[in-house]
Amino acid sequence: MSKITPEVIAAHQLTQSEYDKVLRLLGREPSITELGIFSVMWSEHCSYKSSRIHLKKLPTESPRVLQGPGENAGIIDIGDGNAIAFKIESHNHPSFIEPFQGAATGVGGILRDIFTMGARPIAVMDSIRFGKLDDTKTGIRNQHILEGVVSGIAHYGNCFGVPTVGGECVFEESYDGNPLVNVFALGVFRHDEIFYGKASGVGNSVIYVGAKTGRDGIHGASMASAEFTEESKQKRPNVQVGDPFMEKLLLEACLEAMKTGAIVGIQDMGAAGLTSSTCEMGSRAGTGIEIELDKVPQREPGMTAYEMMLSESQERMLIVAQHGREEELYRVFQKWGLDAVQIGVVTADGMLRVKHHGAVMAEIPNRALADEAPRYDRPHTTPLRTAPLHGPEVRSKDLLADLKKLLASGDLGSKRWIYEQYDHQVRTNTVSGPGAEAAIVRIKGSKTSVAMSLDGNGRYCYLDPREGTKLIVAECCRNLSTAGALPIATTNNLNFGNPERPEIMAQLVESIEGLAEACRFFEVPVTGGNVSLYNETLGTPIFPTPVVGIVGTLETAPPVGIHFPKPGSTVILLGGLGKPTPDELGGTQYAKVVLDQLWGKPPSLDMDYEKRVQATIRELVRSRAVESAHDLGDGGLAIALAESSFGTGGSSQEAIGADIRLDSDLAPELLLFHEGPSRVLVSATDPEKVFALARQNNVEAVAIGVTLESRLVVRNRDVTLIDSRVDALNDLWADALEHLLQDPVLVNTNV
Amino acid sequence: MKVGVVVFPGSNCDHDAWYAVSQSLHQKAEFIWHESASLGDVDAVILPGGFSYGDYLRCGAIAKFSPVMQAVSKFAREGGLVAGICNGFQVLTEAGLLPGALVRNENLKFVCKRVPLEVVTTDSSFSHQATKGQILRLPVAHGEGCYIADERTLDQLEAEDRVLVRYLENPNGSMRNIAGILNEKRNVMGMMPHPERAADPLLGNTDGLTILNSLIHAQVTASKS
Repeated sequence: MSKITPEVIAAHQLTQSEYDKVLRLLGREPSITELGIFSVMWSEHCSYKSSRIHLKKLPTESPRVLQGPGENAGIIDIGDGNAIAFKIESHNHPSFIEPFQGAATGVGGILRDIFTMGARPIAVMDSIRFGKLDDTKTGIRNQHILEGVVSGIAHYGNCFGVPTVGGECVFEESYDGNPLVNVFALGVFRHDEIFYGKASGVGNSVIYVGAKTGRDGIHGASMASAEFTEESKQKRPNVQVGDPFMEKLLLEACLEAMKTGAIVGIQDMGAAGLTSSTCEMGSRAGTGIEIELDKVPQREPGMTAYEMMLSESQERMLIVAQHGREEELYRVFQKWGLDAVQIGVVTADGMLRVKHHGAVMAEIPNRALADEAPRYDRPHTTPLRTAPLHGPEVRSKDLLADLKKLLASGDLGSKRWIYEQYDHQVRTNTVSGPGAEAAIVRIKGSKTSVAMSLDGNGRYCYLDPREGTKLIVAECCRNLSTAGALPIATTNNLNFGNPERPEIMAQLVESIEGLAEACRFFEVPVTGGNVSLYNETLGTPIFPTPVVGIVGTLETAPPVGIHFPKPGSTVILLGGLGKPTPDELGGTQYAKVVLDQLWGKPPSLDMDYEKRVQATIRELVRSRAVESAHDLGDGGLAIALAESSFGTGGSSQEAIGADIRLDSDLAPELLLFHEGPSRVLVSATDPEKVFALARQNNVEAVAIGVTLESRLVVRNRDVTLIDSRVDALNDLWADALEHLLQDPVLVNTNV
Repeated sequence: MKVGVVVFPGSNCDHDAWYAVSQSLHQKAEFIWHESASLGDVDAVILPGGFSYGDYLRCGAIAKFSPVMQAVSKFAREGGLVAGICNGFQVLTEAGLLPGALVRNENLKFVCKRVPLEVVTTDSSFSHQATKGQILRLPVAHGEGCYIADERTLDQLEAEDRVLVRYLENPNGSMRNIAGILNEKRNVMGMMPHPERAADPLLGNTDGLTILNSLIHAQVTASKS
């Protein structure tokens, strides 16, 4: 047996003090298998050791919350006896090393988190971030990563049969060596169909189902907890390979097996596979689990206990079944052609005991692994930030050219190239899909639909992690409200750099506190999420990037779209033109795309006003007092006007633009492109209804123009700021990603 | 009419087809498991979209050996109505019930979008409620939907009026823009677009009802087995 030397401990990414704690908990020196088990369970990825004390600040309760953080996914009541389970998870590190499989298995992992609870997955969204596609040095590599990630997500989700209904995609230098791939999944079930990952009932059987165990992904969890170095490129074998067909079989078999009533608890084998599923299920139930590795279905011969316990082979689940009813489950799994084997039993002693070839290879209290991982209150100072407080004097030579540049940019251009690779309609529930304000999925057999939105903004959070995060929550809720839905619950993925650096830890702490404040205010409790730290390459951290996923409910009905449906309607800016200062332009898309600069602070947010604006738009959409509704976000008023004009009607139809007359003292660049929150662009035949409700809710509503065919014209007082045919703008926007991906200069560059 | 929807382990549009037939068209619909050697008393069979057996070899290459496909072949030989949608179309070509083959899309990428189609023939149980030249906008969602066949087969399909629908904007490189075809006896149909996804006003498209209504109002000639 290998000797535990300081080098071996360091190779397992345990500190000396963590190792001392292992010695204390065991009362003896661990075996190499036990050391491996501790190293994965105590990794940042599994234990949240740097973030846990701060995550406690998040609000987690409301009358609708059936399950908060701590389980495989959060569960929310949506009425009629129905519930939804949803969660987001990152696969950043694997996606950089092997984009296709990294992203594919990211989808697979989060889907298992949903159906392990008994819910059938009905929607996926993804938030993905890459370096710039047109960077002269790294552009080609970034294109390669983008293509790999998108086809990986498509491959897995499409084959599994879950629609990918929305998401976001951002290109920023900060993600050059560290792309972000965050996948959100949502499933639906009845209240009496919920299952938990608990190994209850001493004497019950521990059953392994699904794919065989191989040597893939060993130490994936600890890889996800380390910074990237030149050597990480050699970590390719750490990335798992996904099989969506196997996952589909596993889904159907598990849901069918759950109906037998023989299942006591069930959990997927995600990070640190057999290890995490056994000790977490035991720990939750206060029981022990004893398993015999000889019985584990194996893909290759000669695997050691260490390898089996740490393998991250995909598409596997662990079930605790009532003793004596195992056969009922075997029959179901046999029908679906899957392995189902009893590998152990639930015991009373609270220990995880692992036997192999007759010998005990590991014997550790479950709680020591799952609950007694180290927790750190890491020092935090002032958030890392080098951007100046004040920016250059901004004076545009050609506002139309600026608008075109924005529309053709990777961030603001249409994401059609991405979402057309995703099946966004399978299961025929997608009421609003990609490109809409928020994704809406109806629940068959009920009058309720579920809306969902995914948002992040690394630039704002870099300028001010606390205010930036609050703005993201506000934006996400605004998307839902603009789609007519009431926001009800949140999941989040916190993507940050190395928490051992106090200025990075400060970003994380500020961001979590901002998230807590906003989620409390907007009454969207956090039911779970994921923390991904050490997102740095060669010492350069990513922008702090919390990604927020919020879900809401609404009555099932044909949606109010973002597009102006007809000419002659009044265009109204709900919430008003805003009062931005020049410093608030510094984090906008205008500053990024047109000026290539970053300065100042995020737009200021009045949460109380935001809430009133959202209540107003929700009611206007619900009562169909508006014909279109589009919230103002990235790119501000000008982008919202353009996008509202890009109707998807038949090709023979003329696009519907607008003639906009503004009356403002703001500089035109600010007026058109500032990204102040609490604003929604609507069109209405009867504007009085809009004004009346706005007045009632003490919200500004400004009539700014009328819709008309073919042209988009924007004037401020006597000055024409924008005047263009809509189709000229639409062409730039619709093909933005194709153009960036096919830049001939780049294609011929060897990088 | 009673419609059977075949369920392969990797079918994922099986429920969508069932829902369209039973909930939108109010007909009887039931699932038929791939290991079943009998189709029961159904009047028509839908082979739905999905990835039958994972389709890691070739789409539909394994499915053709399944017990249910023996039953479907017999049903088709006896004149029963068989509609293969997407993966179902792939399975039908692999099983030799329809000519030609479906290979990877020309640009090698999965494509999911709504495309305009032209109804080429109305002389079939799957299109008699359409008018010739009618334009249907239907969703496609496939990675291997590029229809290919040798020139002689393509000429024959056209000469015998067996092209059901053609793409007006070809999304996958299919030869002669073919999106759906019939067999010689006109009782077996395969198409890549998804009519079952366009059968509910809530989802913003009901063009698929033209195809589905044709099917459920078709003359049933199959002897029930």
